Amino acid sequence: MTTSTATPADTSTLLDVCKRIRRHIVEMTHAAQSGHPGGSLSATEIFAALYFGGVARHDPANPQWTRRDRVILSKGHATPVVYATLAEAGYFDRDLISSFRTLGTELQGHVVRNKPPGVEMSGGALGMGLSFAVGIALGHQLDGLPDDEGQIFVVVGDGELNEGQNWEAIMSASHFGLHRITAILDRNHFQNDGPGDEIMRIDPVGNKWAAFGWGVQHVDGHDVEAVRDALLSARARSDAPQVVICETVKGRGVSFMAENPAGWHGKGPSDEQLAQALEEIEAGLS
Amino acid sequence: MTSPRPAALPTPPPAATREAYGPALVKLADAGCDIVALDADLSASTGGNKLAASHPDRWFTVGAAEQNMISIAAGLASTGKTVYAASFAVFMPGHCFDQIRVQIAQQRMNVKLIASHGGISVGEDGASAQAIEDLALMTSLPGMNVVVPSDAVEADWAIRRAAEDDEPWYIRLGRPKLPIIHLDESISRFDLGHAENIREGDDLTLIACGLMVEPTIRAADALAQEGIGARVLNMASIKPLDEEEVIMAAQQTGAIVCAEEHNVIGGLGSAVARTLARHCPVPMEQVGIEDRFGQSGPWQALLQEYGLTAESVVAAAKRALARK
Ligand SMILES: Cc1ncc(C[n+]2csc(CCOP(=O)(O)OP(=O)(O)O)c2C)c(N)n1
Repeated sequence: MTTSTATPADTSTLLDVCKRIRRHIVEMTHAAQSGHPGGSLSATEIFAALYFGGVARHDPANPQWTRRDRVILSKGHATPVVYATLAEAGYFDRDLISSFRTLGTELQGHVVRNKPPGVEMSGGALGMGLSFAVGIALGHQLDGLPDDEGQIFVVVGDGELNEGQNWEAIMSASHFGLHRITAILDRNHFQNDGPGDEIMRIDPVGNKWAAFGWGVQHVDGHDVEAVRDALLSARARSDAPQVVICETVKGRGVSFMAENPAGWHGKGPSDEQLAQALEEIEAGLS
Repeated sequence: MTSPRPAALPTPPPAATREAYGPALVKLADAGCDIVALDADLSASTGGNKLAASHPDRWFTVGAAEQNMISIAAGLASTGKTVYAASFAVFMPGHCFDQIRVQIAQQRMNVKLIASHGGISVGEDGASAQAIEDLALMTSLPGMNVVVPSDAVEADWAIRRAAEDDEPWYIRLGRPKLPIIHLDESISRFDLGHAENIREGDDLTLIACGLMVEPTIRAADALAQEGIGARVLNMASIKPLDEEEVIMAAQQTGAIVCAEEHNVIGGLGSAVARTLARHCPVPMEQVGIEDRFGQSGPWQALLQEYGLTAESVVAAAKRALARK
């Protein structure tokens, strides 16, 4: 099969997808009593836009489709949002979600390539995704793929940008003219030890990226249509690599997480917290 | 020497070896030792945040940037400081091996690398977070001291002992809470290059490090029930290795089993095998990770799955004895 199944969803469907992804995220981390809910909830609209907004061309029935776009999670700890999205997109059975982080499951704590199919890169050590994307883009260039095929979307964390390898990759992507790469920054302002501004400042991050020769857009990362539109316009560019800086809230959608993001980097909610979280997600509060 | 516990002492609660790090740093700083500690966005997990709270001028975080941290550590050490740098074992040495190799080891800098979350007992985080090869990397660096404490008491000793010299050290700590083996602080203190003789025995010798020491003691108990006398050595100091003790064990007991939470290639077993091959070849068996990566799961279930148990040590002991 060689057609993309990326039929864009309408607004209400996109909003509904976001709710379903968020629900899976809190259920999964509750069941495992571990995992990373905060940085998954902040990236929910990003993944909904990629897979359901007609941005990434992909085919759940044929994950190895050679002309597919690739979505790479560089901040490889945010597996809940990836598994939730892939399950909703039809890559695997939703029932598997509850096996997250158990012995023998494909749904490992950090991303593992092709486990389940649809996961493009193994990760967990921060800072490697953009370089991996540079390699893919160089390969596509060598193979002479048409400009609008084989796009690569790389989701990176703002704390992750502390790692120097990101900046080596950012330099090489523009040096090699790799317009197929779109970086998506989940700018949630928190990393493991606390607020990024206190741990290691990265601002003005947009200017830095621009100085390295990339096209830069800033967008409200929880406005799923705005995210989708920014990604579509980045996808359409064929002059330079692009970055979409998504302003987000770590733990978005669950009040006690969003109000205390440092406490919800890598921890599962209790039974009572799960109940409250599901209620708030259902009500669409943020 | 065996360390019998006075009956009056209550059994201390289990503790992770990593829990020793923060308090040990604070003790060193309180004692006026000229230390500086660095973290890379994992300070709550390593315990470095304890020094940040008590001696904020003695602690820096560099964010998630291990390569930067190591080269900064080397620079600080060049100004005469005793530097501690902490992260998880997969990221340090995993993410910054070249910086450690050139700037810490080749320059022989006074930097103590404290690697928490060693081995597969990290649990649910899975393969990318489970260091099974760090000891191979670190023991291969000339001049690097490599230590794997068996409990939180020994970890405290080792971390503070490291401050007494100006050599590079790698100390591997773990995430799970383990029973305390060293119940009486006065009896056998850790020292670099020295094995701790936990149990006498003449039929064979079990040599273990880290979280395998406690199950190895249980294995010796099980063997004793069958009339087999197993000597037990705690080999926290993997480099330098107590070769004298290993050779003596080989000569006196004639068979060796090594047990470690690491790939069977490049860790304690490899170090012991090298000594045996050169000085006193006797049958030797290994308990360890058989050259495969880890995966997600509860840590106890992973130890079962990878054969890091007292039962595996007993089975290996019988294989070694059969070859005598
Ligand atoms: C090389 C490396 N060092 C350290 C870690 C431990 N770690 C996991 S997540 C994290 C913070 C990441 O922050 P950010 O990229 O902002 O992620 P988010 O807040 O969006 O979850 C750290 C330091 C790691 N995974 N990899």
